[in-house]
Amino acid sequence: MKFAVKALSSGKARAGVVHLGSCPSSIETPCLLLSTRKGLPIFISPDLLSSLPSPDSNLLQFSPLHLEGASSTLVSSGREVSKRCVNIGQEARWGDTTPNFDSSEGPSPKTISSIGGLHQMVGLHEYGFAAVARDSIQCLPECGSTNKTGASFETPCGRRLIKPVEYMEMITSMKPNLWATLADEVPAWANNKRNKTSVDRTVKWLDECIARSPLLLKLVGRGGQNRVRVNPIGFRVVRAGGAVFGSIVGGSNIEERKRCAQEVAVRNVSGYWIGGFGLGESMEERPSLLNAVTDNLPKDWPRMICGLGLPEEVLQGVAAGVDLFDSAYIYHLTIGGFALTFPLDRTEKIDYNYQLSDQGSDRTKINLRATVYRKDATPIVEDCCCYTCQNHTKAYINHLLNVHEMLAQILLEIHNTHHYLGFFRSIREAIKEGCFEQFQKKFVQSRREHLAADVVSV
Amino acid sequence: MALRFEVLGRFNRARAAQLTLPHFACQTPLFMPVGTQGTIKGLTTDQLEEIGCQIILGNTYHLALRPTSELIDELGGLHKFMNWPRALLTDSGGFQMVSCITNLYVAGIFYTQWHFAYIFQVSLLHLADITEKGVTFQSPVDGKPMLLTPEESIQIQNRIGADIIMALDDVVRTTITGPRIEEAMYRTLRWVDRCIAAHKRPHEQNLFGIVQGGLDPVLRDICVRGLVDRNLPGYAIGGLAGGEDKDSFWRVVAQCTAALPEDKPRYVMGVGYPLDIVVCSALGADMYDCVYPTRTARFGTALVPEGVLKLKHNAMVNDTRPIDPTCACMVCKNYTRAYIHCLVTKDAMGSQLLSYHNLYYMLQLSRNLHSSIVEGRFPECYIIPDSNLCASRNSNVVRFLWQFPKGDVPEWVCNAMDVAGIDISSCCSS
Repeated sequence: MKFAVKALSSGKARAGVVHLGSCPSSIETPCLLLSTRKGLPIFISPDLLSSLPSPDSNLLQFSPLHLEGASSTLVSSGREVSKRCVNIGQEARWGDTTPNFDSSEGPSPKTISSIGGLHQMVGLHEYGFAAVARDSIQCLPECGSTNKTGASFETPCGRRLIKPVEYMEMITSMKPNLWATLADEVPAWANNKRNKTSVDRTVKWLDECIARSPLLLKLVGRGGQNRVRVNPIGFRVVRAGGAVFGSIVGGSNIEERKRCAQEVAVRNVSGYWIGGFGLGESMEERPSLLNAVTDNLPKDWPRMICGLGLPEEVLQGVAAGVDLFDSAYIYHLTIGGFALTFPLDRTEKIDYNYQLSDQGSDRTKINLRATVYRKDATPIVEDCCCYTCQNHTKAYINHLLNVHEMLAQILLEIHNTHHYLGFFRSIREAIKEGCFEQFQKKFVQSRREHLAADVVSV
Repeated sequence: MALRFEVLGRFNRARAAQLTLPHFACQTPLFMPVGTQGTIKGLTTDQLEEIGCQIILGNTYHLALRPTSELIDELGGLHKFMNWPRALLTDSGGFQMVSCITNLYVAGIFYTQWHFAYIFQVSLLHLADITEKGVTFQSPVDGKPMLLTPEESIQIQNRIGADIIMALDDVVRTTITGPRIEEAMYRTLRWVDRCIAAHKRPHEQNLFGIVQGGLDPVLRDICVRGLVDRNLPGYAIGGLAGGEDKDSFWRVVAQCTAALPEDKPRYVMGVGYPLDIVVCSALGADMYDCVYPTRTARFGTALVPEGVLKLKHNAMVNDTRPIDPTCACMVCKNYTRAYIHCLVTKDAMGSQLLSYHNLYYMLQLSRNLHSSIVEGRFPECYIIPDSNLCASRNSNVVRFLWQFPKGDVPEWVCNAMDVAGIDISSCCSS
């Protein structure tokens, strides 16, 4: 992985390029990582995925935990599933979860290795994969059950405790382009003591993950192999298992955020993963927390974040100097039957005299379940060039939602992803033109005015 | 009449033809995937074109309930509504009313993620009551009694605008016996006249009549003659695939195909197992439809030349082979059984990928049937399991009876093939 910052705007917002070995061309940042389930987008099959703009859509995020399960039955290290449930005192919980739990869920790490890793397994050879345990959809950190041995997550198969050694076994077999180290994420309401513990653990696990990361390449100095990069601190080691992103946590405590960032910054990593956001903190306190992190990180490595979804939240992240974002927001919109419609052209004057009778819309998105779209023979966004808008009408999607047909989600995920990629393109343009701050202000303000107008009209 | 039917090749009773419909020129024998509610579950129309789908079947009953035929009409017809440039066929709506309750309920148990609300509605549907006037049933939407007459069925289908529309028939279970079968057959004939009279777009839509008569050759014969006299654009063989034994099934098909005109398409309704399609094609049928490939995909089963492959099975968990190594579809080119195993019945993508493969398989089977009949090598490639012969001509042939160990081909297949004039004695035990 290579990364370079190309432009700065408003002090911290930055536009850059990231190049991954498997992707044929560089991807510009700030950018969106597409959410996946078991390595493929949730509804967009690989042949449809290629209809999205490339290389913007070539970065995918996945959780190794999605493919976990087989390892627990095949590895004979006492990590037997039933034992684990008893250990964490969750018997009552297991009772009503999926009966498939004891049968193996996915291929074993050995099988994934023999297939050739994740890229090969999901047939997306020219895409970049970023592995992060938390996916903000199905795999959520469960800090109450996390202990010193490993991090706990709520997953569709129940609660799972993942130890660094297990996590690294998955990373080794899946061979993602980049991966975040295991983190102990806590919600915003965690107390200081718990916060401090989470920072200590996350840093300790970082060292453990790096120590266990696969096939250390030999240390190479300046001018060595092109995969190996040098930073001012010393030699960088890139491992066969992909670029390491050091995880940063600290909850809603500025001091802990700072401490964690400083600890991670001195370690041998190729980028940073900022965790612990989207877990209950308020919009108001977020900028200072984000800044506490990014102010303490070296400028020339990429920063990835999890849990910032809404356009306003993404803008907050960009303003603090974050480069890579996850797209759980797209998933939630799609499942709810929503389609993004906000204007993408930055010069376009946002129409404040939008019809007030326009139900099912909050001016950034529309709810296609609303009856107003029953006979609407126009595409979601008139000049949108995504597959959905080029081929289908709002009336058709409204019908698909009414009759619970899967094609509705396929079409919505395509449109929403396409639209959000466009939003990120606008952000990059604004940064390159040095007017990100105005862009952010204008966007936030127009949304606020629309919402206010709606309240008044009601 | 709004179709042209040209036979391009024959092998005894089997025939390959070009069926030119208002929206598409199709090659027969052909399989029609079922797109009940204006979509084939989990596939886009582009993907369907990509895998070579020629006709999609829409269910009048479902479309009339939601989004309603008036709305489809207002938005320019079903082709435009679902953005499908190729051909469409709609059924009459009668069959669904009678059979919906059990069928969908069974399908729904495993597929609650997408059908939860729907199953509840449908399971409330009371048994339909059939009188001379039409089919009375309880509306699944508001519970009111509703009457579907032949005139109304055609009116609805005229609004939906499919290339082929079906006459309303009086459907009875093939497993029952007695005077009800006879009554249903005569009523079907009376209703077909009402359908013809009600049909407002004969130059854009083809009305097919349906042969009824249960398993009784005499009744079937009366019905076929009655329909042939009415000179319809095409004919369907109905009332099959409802639990009758296979030997009765193929005999009815054989009788009807022998009696139906050579220059009109013949459609066997509800038939969809690959083996049934091969046998019916050998007997001279041209068109088939079934929910089987897509439904079984959602249950986690893949269609393969050897039969079926249950991807849910634990044996797949570390199997790094493709579903079918001889298949050229997007799924088989890219994915292992191990990966599909971890998706099926859990993730939407599992249904999507397996439906894609299964439909590709059925459509490839149709294409292979067509070309093998045209090229005069139908029995070699489909019936006689001779690998060298097949491999030398076409590396991707469907080796049909391979799923049965030598000498173990079901008796009904042997009997049917005998009637079709294809010698498979080497595979039959007797």
